[in-house]
Amino acid sequence: MEKTYTVSVFTENSIGMMNRITIIFTRRHLNIDSITASESEIKGVFRYTIVLRTSREQVDKVVGQLEKLIDVFKAFVHEDSEIVHQEIALYKIRTETLTNGDVEKVIREHHARILTVDPKFMVIEKTGHVEETQLLFENLQPYGVLEFVRSGRVAVTKPMKELSAYLEEL
Amino acid sequence: MNSIKTTGAQAVMKSLVAEQVDTIFGYPGGAIMPIYDALYDYVSTINHVLVRHEQGAIHAAQGYARTSKKTGVVFATSGPGATNLITGLADALIDSTPLVCITGQVASHLLGSDAFQETDVVGISMPITKWNCQVTKAEEIPAAIAKAFYIARSGRPGPVLVDITKDAQFGVMEFQYEKRTRIRSYRAKPKISKTNVEAAALLINNAQKPFLLIGQGIMLSNAEKDLLRFVEKSGVPVASTLLGLGAFPNNHPQYVGFLGMHGDYAPNIKTNECDVLIAIGMRFDDRVTGDVSRYAKQAKVVHIDIDASELNKIIHADVAVHADAKEALSILSELVQEKQHTAWLQEFKDAKKVEVETLQVSAKELHSEEIKMDEVIKILSDITNGEAVVVTDVGQHQMMTARYYQYNKTKSNVTSGGLGTMGFALPAAIGAKFGAPEKPVVAIIGDGGFQMTLQELGTILQSKVDVKIIILNNRFLGMVRQWQQMFFEKRYSFTEMISPDFVALAKAYSIEASKFEARTDLKETLVKMLNHKGSYLLEIMVAKEENVFPMIPTGASVSEVRLN
Ligand SMILES: Cc1ncc(C[n+]2csc(CCOP(=O)(O)OP(=O)(O)O)c2C)c(N)n1
Repeated sequence: MEKTYTVSVFTENSIGMMNRITIIFTRRHLNIDSITASESEIKGVFRYTIVLRTSREQVDKVVGQLEKLIDVFKAFVHEDSEIVHQEIALYKIRTETLTNGDVEKVIREHHARILTVDPKFMVIEKTGHVEETQLLFENLQPYGVLEFVRSGRVAVTKPMKELSAYLEEL
Repeated sequence: MNSIKTTGAQAVMKSLVAEQVDTIFGYPGGAIMPIYDALYDYVSTINHVLVRHEQGAIHAAQGYARTSKKTGVVFATSGPGATNLITGLADALIDSTPLVCITGQVASHLLGSDAFQETDVVGISMPITKWNCQVTKAEEIPAAIAKAFYIARSGRPGPVLVDITKDAQFGVMEFQYEKRTRIRSYRAKPKISKTNVEAAALLINNAQKPFLLIGQGIMLSNAEKDLLRFVEKSGVPVASTLLGLGAFPNNHPQYVGFLGMHGDYAPNIKTNECDVLIAIGMRFDDRVTGDVSRYAKQAKVVHIDIDASELNKIIHADVAVHADAKEALSILSELVQEKQHTAWLQEFKDAKKVEVETLQVSAKELHSEEIKMDEVIKILSDITNGEAVVVTDVGQHQMMTARYYQYNKTKSNVTSGGLGTMGFALPAAIGAKFGAPEKPVVAIIGDGGFQMTLQELGTILQSKVDVKIIILNNRFLGMVRQWQQMFFEKRYSFTEMISPDFVALAKAYSIEASKFEARTDLKETLVKMLNHKGSYLLEIMVAKEENVFPMIPTGASVSEVRLN
């Protein structure tokens, strides 16, 4: 059965790491929905967050292959219920549409915020789950969305065991 | 170690010396010239084998690593030199062979500019190396090489590639070398779980029909003695994968044969009759399992491997032990009860009899005047006492050799298993001889595969390597022809081979050679070849349309193994 899984991979900060990671998904013909990377709470250790839809069996095998990479410390797989996750979306609309009172209502209802206002355009920001940022997009569309972009998922886990505890085991 | 000013190229050589490298297989070119220049100062202490093609260099290094306990080392230049290594890298990765390949690269300021002979070899080789890296500064060379050797031979071994830019080779640095023994993100040796080994022992002790499958992992962890002890104490029958051949003496009474698609009848059918299946240092390749949904379903499975990702990858393990084979076997030997499984072993022997009898009947049906591959292999096995290093290429002759050569010594079987690379055998045999100079090395090759890398006869000539080459010439790409016969209505689409005069060809390289066509004195001919001082090429004309049986057709279960 297919489900959405979030894979967190902790790695050294070495050249080509992203490539090494994605090759493993490509080989198994798995499509990555989103991927983000940043330094983790431990200096020098990077954290990749990868979201994909597949079966538990496949994702477990992928994690096995990821952990085989020399520069990978550890990889974890989580279902949505085991993590707190978030994405950020930016929406660029014409400033003139603001004079239309409805847009303000939409922004308010979605708890979005206005990042910047230029005489010609303005940028709205919303963080949330995909469904939420998508809904705002759909509600803004009647007013004309000039640009829309959504980040990949970032996530932290609910279980309390920290990465540093795993690293100590290694 | 005292630090001394050296160039990056000299640092490469000094690093190799620090790793006790005594043999390098390579081919020079523009981007690796500084390293070759540094090598020139070591000609009296390091053996550099000049091959005729970089694919030959890497296969030779594989042969060397497989017969010795060392890491194979390869030098190649940038661009085409590096891309010619690709097949060997893929082959070494899938067959867990430790290699360190050093490639030259264009100067760092030219990287990414499509400079002459620039290829992104790090990018290309990423999925087919255990690890790779690019070095652009002289001072980074020793650490990169130290890391390369550590990664190549620790854990589950594999090929590693270090790409060194030309400016890094010219650069000056203070040489200091420290062997690597740890990488914080990589655990070479797993911590063995005692509880898991105990669970495995419990299953084995309660089994009525335990069955052990071994793979190359036994040899890679030097666990041959521990294996023997475990097998003799527990009384289990043992079968081997293609790459595992030699890890357990084939003349041992508990050895029941070779597994898989062209393996023996008994171990294949008994896989689906045993109650506990123990797999050590093997990875349940599809050539071993056939249809996995009908593989050993009745059995409890114990799987021991050093590579965690192999556990539960193909076959669910009731007890998965993530461990080095040697360590696991030594603990397991303590825990298992002393037993004999006489009746169960007899079942294998009975099945073996069925196989032998059926194959004899089919052999009679073939044109009897034609020499069969298995006759050649059986005689060779006899006269070498199963103690030669046997290198095979890919195809029918490979399966026939695996079936009929009695591998009694460890590290005596060199073949391309996982990748099935035609052209592997000739260069691999050259390397195998350097890895095991005291043993006779016999390469058995098809007429097709020989022509993929026959230029390495030049290496034999120049390096005076003593390898015996047997070409089993069936005038066909035999294995493909067999499939065409069985599954494509005998439509022999482009599998007929016209070959040159192999004897004349060998002689052109000053290699003694002869052609054998009549059965009469096959044994004498083989003895003569073996006793010849120096290399020898023997072309044996064999039956054109012999088939390899038993066979598990693709998609069939191991219990559906066909005898004809
Ligand atoms: C590089 C490469 N190309 C193609 C194949 C496919 N292939 C597998 S076996 C075989 C036939 C080998 O023929 P030959 O070398 O004459 O050996 P025989 O089977 O006749 O013993 C071929 C073409 C391969 N394994 N490797």
